[in-house]
Amino acid sequence: MTRISLASAAALALFANAASAQTEISWWHAMGGALGDTVNQIATDFNASQSDYVITPVFKGTYEEALTAGIAAFRAGEQPNILQVFDAGAATVIAAQGATIPVQDLLIDNGVDFNIEDYISGVRYFYADSEDKMIGMPFNSSSPIMYYNVQALEAAGVTPPKTYEEFETVTAPALVEAGYIPLAQSHSPWIWVENFMSRHDLPFATNDNGYTGLDTQILVNSPELKMHWSKVKEWRDAGFYEWYGAAWNDNQKPFEEGKVAIWMGSSGSFGGLSKLDLPFDFSATVLPYWESVTTEPKQTFIGGAALFAMSGKSDAENAATAAFFQYLTSPETQVMWHKETGYVPVTTAAYEMAKAEGYYDELPAAEVGIEQLSLPAGEHTKGYRMGFYVQIRDVMNREFGRILAGDTSVDDAFTVIEAESNELLAKFAQTQG
Amino acid sequence: MKRAGFTSAWLPAMLLLPQLAVIAIFFYWPAAHALRSSFYLQDPFGFGETFVGLSNFTSLLTSAAYSRAAWFTVFFTLIVTFGSLSIALLLAVKADKVIRGAKTYRTLLMWVYAVAPPVAGVIGLIMFNQSWGPLKEFFALFGWDFKLGVNYFDTAFAMIAVSIWKQVPVNFIFFLSGLQSIPKSVREAALIDNRSATGRFWDITFPLLAPTGFFLLITNITYAMFDTFGVIDTVLKGQPGNNPMTLVYKVYVDGFRGNDLGGSSAQSVVLMVLVLALTVFQFRMIERRIHYT
Repeated sequence: MTRISLASAAALALFANAASAQTEISWWHAMGGALGDTVNQIATDFNASQSDYVITPVFKGTYEEALTAGIAAFRAGEQPNILQVFDAGAATVIAAQGATIPVQDLLIDNGVDFNIEDYISGVRYFYADSEDKMIGMPFNSSSPIMYYNVQALEAAGVTPPKTYEEFETVTAPALVEAGYIPLAQSHSPWIWVENFMSRHDLPFATNDNGYTGLDTQILVNSPELKMHWSKVKEWRDAGFYEWYGAAWNDNQKPFEEGKVAIWMGSSGSFGGLSKLDLPFDFSATVLPYWESVTTEPKQTFIGGAALFAMSGKSDAENAATAAFFQYLTSPETQVMWHKETGYVPVTTAAYEMAKAEGYYDELPAAEVGIEQLSLPAGEHTKGYRMGFYVQIRDVMNREFGRILAGDTSVDDAFTVIEAESNELLAKFAQTQG
Repeated sequence: MKRAGFTSAWLPAMLLLPQLAVIAIFFYWPAAHALRSSFYLQDPFGFGETFVGLSNFTSLLTSAAYSRAAWFTVFFTLIVTFGSLSIALLLAVKADKVIRGAKTYRTLLMWVYAVAPPVAGVIGLIMFNQSWGPLKEFFALFGWDFKLGVNYFDTAFAMIAVSIWKQVPVNFIFFLSGLQSIPKSVREAALIDNRSATGRFWDITFPLLAPTGFFLLITNITYAMFDTFGVIDTVLKGQPGNNPMTLVYKVYVDGFRGNDLGGSSAQSVVLMVLVLALTVFQFRMIERRIHYT
């Protein structure tokens, strides 16, 4: 009896020692499937790389679910050290000053070198405040790009369209002739609203796209966007474009099956697609633009998500978080993440490293996302900041579905989107009061 | 006559306490919270809030999306309730007559009851899958280009079909036991009076099943309005888009997905009032007219 309790006391003491020597931090994320495996790999590698800190990643479901879980946990005082928040939730988490420690402060306070210029230009300010201070650490950064089925385009005798005019007059008819559905895309609000704005350098919202104030008005009820969606509806009726629903995979699937020749998805889809045994070769290029709207297309917004350091944690844990962020942004980790998933490396150093390794000579399509994010910036390409944006996206998705189903006209749909979005923005402003 | 009773007031109070505590903590307290936050707009993280009076409620009244969800809920509830009750009744009446292998039939019919709503939703997604769903292919034989998640009507159809399928077994169990509790003498007397089986059913069996039927009517309405959440959530795959949704699902979408706590609290207050009305209706209007034997 005595021996057993002695032994357990010794074990306990050992355990306590180990616990006091290592600071444990938690990381809630929304990376499922193969992406989740890579997240776990990064955490394992980080834990193995040093002996002071232990990070535990926890998968919390979809982006929306992870944000909601993080908010609920914060209100209960049980928040994780690191929370992954997606682009559409950025305004919510950044507006709640006090919920997070700005990543720039966290790194500097913990003696980590930080220079915002180290980050590639398209990534730099998306999760920054109006004074250009970085609040969230860009993590899985992507941009919508255009994937295509190489054999399908060859069969039709066309090249990937540079402009939507080319798509409409040359590419689509030839692809239909060759027996393909020319086009599908996986996220209407992201690709054909948000990035439509940045690609054509159009203002998305007042107050500098929402960065400088809360009394923001959305500017989607614009002739350019309405023209685009009228065309989309025409294309669907003509068989140039097919819509398979609001869920991401419903639209990616027909491309994988070889039915759809061109699919607009995320640069972060690259890793997943390359791991599949597709019955054709695929490649990718930058998003097209309307020549009638602009002759100088610009870079696109970064999509994906960022990591936020939640407040209310001890200095020791914050130091661990800072150390993890430092590890995460090291060129080696970035290149590994980039290669495994297709998300873009967020720092110039990592991009240079992947280039030097000859990665893009092997797989030119892997460079498209970062190339597009590195295109010239415009006046309105820094990002956007709008509260209740998840709901605004839902409104857009709903109205776009109704346009395509013929339940509403483009004019009416955009009037509704504008009105409901502005109502949501006004409501959000009140939540901050 | 001897009156059984407690000698002190303490014991009954103590015995009631756990139940009252459960109700207070898990029902009244959250309900009061919901009522309070329906008058505010609140920062999701809890940093700031503004008192907005009734504006969360008035904006529901003017919202086209909310009224679409309300109307859909009405139709959905009517169809699911009527569909699952009538199918279950038909099956129960037929199963009641089966003598050989009765247990096997009944077990097979009750089986689906064990399927959880989200799983039922997944099965629905498989059956109605856009590119290879068996039911989609079956409908295509009749020229119906079934498009789950794209076409509002088709998605509604799939939600209703799965919800009915999921609910039929419960109703079946209740109807069957209701049928079996009808005294044999009554049935035999009816047999002498009326040779038509259909006639006997409507004149004798159906009225005698009324208590069961009424109880099921209320539980089915509640099921269609609230418990179908899992089915709807799975069928929508986390992207509501232009698809139909019920009021309960909208509370979730606006509150938990969209982080609008005030707006979604107002919606849940509306639902609380509806449930209250349903309960009053149950006890005041119909319980008096239906006689339980």
